[in-house]
Amino acid sequence: MGKEKVISSGTEEKIVYEKQNMPKKKHKRKRSKSDIALSAIVYVVYTFFTFVCVYPFYYIFVNTISSNELSQRGKIAFWPQEFHLTNYKNVMQIPALLDAAKISLYRTVLGTIVTVAVAAFLGYMFTRETMWKRKVWYRMIVATMYFNAGIIPWFITMKNLGLYDNFLIYILPTAVSPFYIVLCKTFVESIPKELTDAAEIDGAGTLRTFWSIIVPVIKPILATVAIFSAVGQWNSFQDTLLMVINKKLYTLQFLLYNYINQASSLKALVNNSTNASSVAASLAHAATTTSIRMTVTIVVVAPILFVYPIFQRFFVKGIMIGAVKG
Amino acid sequence: MFKNKKKLRGYKEFLMVLPFIILVIMFCYYPLYGWFYAFFDYKPPKPLSEAEFVGLKWFSYMLDTPTKRAQLGQVLLNTLAVSGLSILFSWFPMIFAVFLNEIKSKKYRKFVQTATTLPNFISWVLVYSIAYCVFNSTGVINSLLGDMGIIDKPIEFLQSSEHVWFKMWLWLTWKNAGWAAIMYIAAIAGIDEELKEAARVDGANRMQIIRHITIPSILPTYLVLLFLNIANFLSNGMEQFFVFQNNFNKDTIQVLDLYVYNIAMGSGGYPLATAISIFKSVVSIILLCVTNKISKVTRGEGFI
Repeated sequence: MGKEKVISSGTEEKIVYEKQNMPKKKHKRKRSKSDIALSAIVYVVYTFFTFVCVYPFYYIFVNTISSNELSQRGKIAFWPQEFHLTNYKNVMQIPALLDAAKISLYRTVLGTIVTVAVAAFLGYMFTRETMWKRKVWYRMIVATMYFNAGIIPWFITMKNLGLYDNFLIYILPTAVSPFYIVLCKTFVESIPKELTDAAEIDGAGTLRTFWSIIVPVIKPILATVAIFSAVGQWNSFQDTLLMVINKKLYTLQFLLYNYINQASSLKALVNNSTNASSVAASLAHAATTTSIRMTVTIVVVAPILFVYPIFQRFFVKGIMIGAVKG
Repeated sequence: MFKNKKKLRGYKEFLMVLPFIILVIMFCYYPLYGWFYAFFDYKPPKPLSEAEFVGLKWFSYMLDTPTKRAQLGQVLLNTLAVSGLSILFSWFPMIFAVFLNEIKSKKYRKFVQTATTLPNFISWVLVYSIAYCVFNSTGVINSLLGDMGIIDKPIEFLQSSEHVWFKMWLWLTWKNAGWAAIMYIAAIAGIDEELKEAARVDGANRMQIIRHITIPSILPTYLVLLFLNIANFLSNGMEQFFVFQNNFNKDTIQVLDLYVYNIAMGSGGYPLATAISIFKSVVSIILLCVTNKISKVTRGEGFI
């Protein structure tokens, strides 16, 4: 949000300035040929970049709602043809996909709640100067941003801890995230001391002060942390790859990876779904490996596509504060 | 009396934080103990206590035959190439931000920014899935090229061993460049407008302003990020390369992080993989110290 304001006020100032200088006619002349050429090139190039970033999503989406037969032959590039929604209906009938969607949803919701709660609480606690050896503990947590044991030592020790093939592997390792704690601590430090002092004089304990004074004030930073951690949880893939065998614990990301790589399991799915729907299913609507791959891709990416544009300012704010701190 | 009460309170607050400190120890410090496995002849079902201590066997094992040396050499070369490419083109997000700022329509600028940062928020699995949909033999690229008569046979973009490093760099850029630019956009917003205005009055055109004002003022940001990049030279992460790897590109896509994973899950076993990752950590720490030193000498301050 901060950045947006700075940029916009910059442009407005410029406009005002140019208006004031209009009578001199000096500025008009300054739009030389090279400046106009620059503008034109910039617009063309950035439109191209935007296209490159957006088109793949659009392309896949259009294919999922078009005739599967045309789509498999690569005939759909821009406009949907022979619109239908059978693909989404078919995909919803894959039991593994529903299970994976549940796991992904659970881990995202639970993981985010835990991460945010811990970040808020520790961010507040580490501002309390009375705590015994506060700096030692704080440094101990922050230091973990700068090293890690490597995936294999991590894998072996997680196994020793009994987290192999356990849903908690999705929640616990990210519960204490140093970066988010630093963000929250910085924010809490900006709150006037009088606010917490007043609560304590009125007899509120540490937890009470945290819950009824601190949490309402630091909500903006909590929103930023929540968004980042939710996207991280949703996108996480490596933990399933390393630590999970049980198919019931597969996440959507992992399932999608399997669907792209294992043509055989996909074939079985195709046959199942064609048997399940009527035998007379038209060629245009019958599931194909391409159609399942694409539809699952859209299902997995959709939450991000919806959430990202709405919350973009939170993301930007997050990186800005992070940049100032780091 | 008062002092005691305060002390008591300090202990109480510590007790409230203790569970989380234990979590950190469990998930960040305790795994370091896994490094011991590199010094033992450890085979999974048996516990470490029954394994034989072999000292530095696994470290010399990495290099004891010409084939292994060649393989490790290839892995290092891949790592070097992929990191090298991204360092070589690390100016791209900066230039992207500079010219994005030249778009006068605020709405359009914002739209471009949103669209180009979007790929940063999808996982590598999704990137791969998108790559697969767009570039496979019936994907849009192949069918367009086919329709235009440029190619007779579909090009196998993903199932090939050609230009792997460059393709990996392209995907990395597609995913990250827009997001990386945000840092520079903020830096540009911080430039004093009067400076530009003065230049304009003196008759500078936009290119001159960019060259003499905008770029010099965001160069410090660039240098910090560049040094950080160099310090992370050996850490490409494994996810990107893992999802894009297949039988065709296996030789040229294996960067160090992926190699460690493949060794552990394949024939080599955990001790060897751990030994390689210790080797990586040691080199990384040295790199970090060296670049920090260089940064101190050239810029007057370090970045850690």
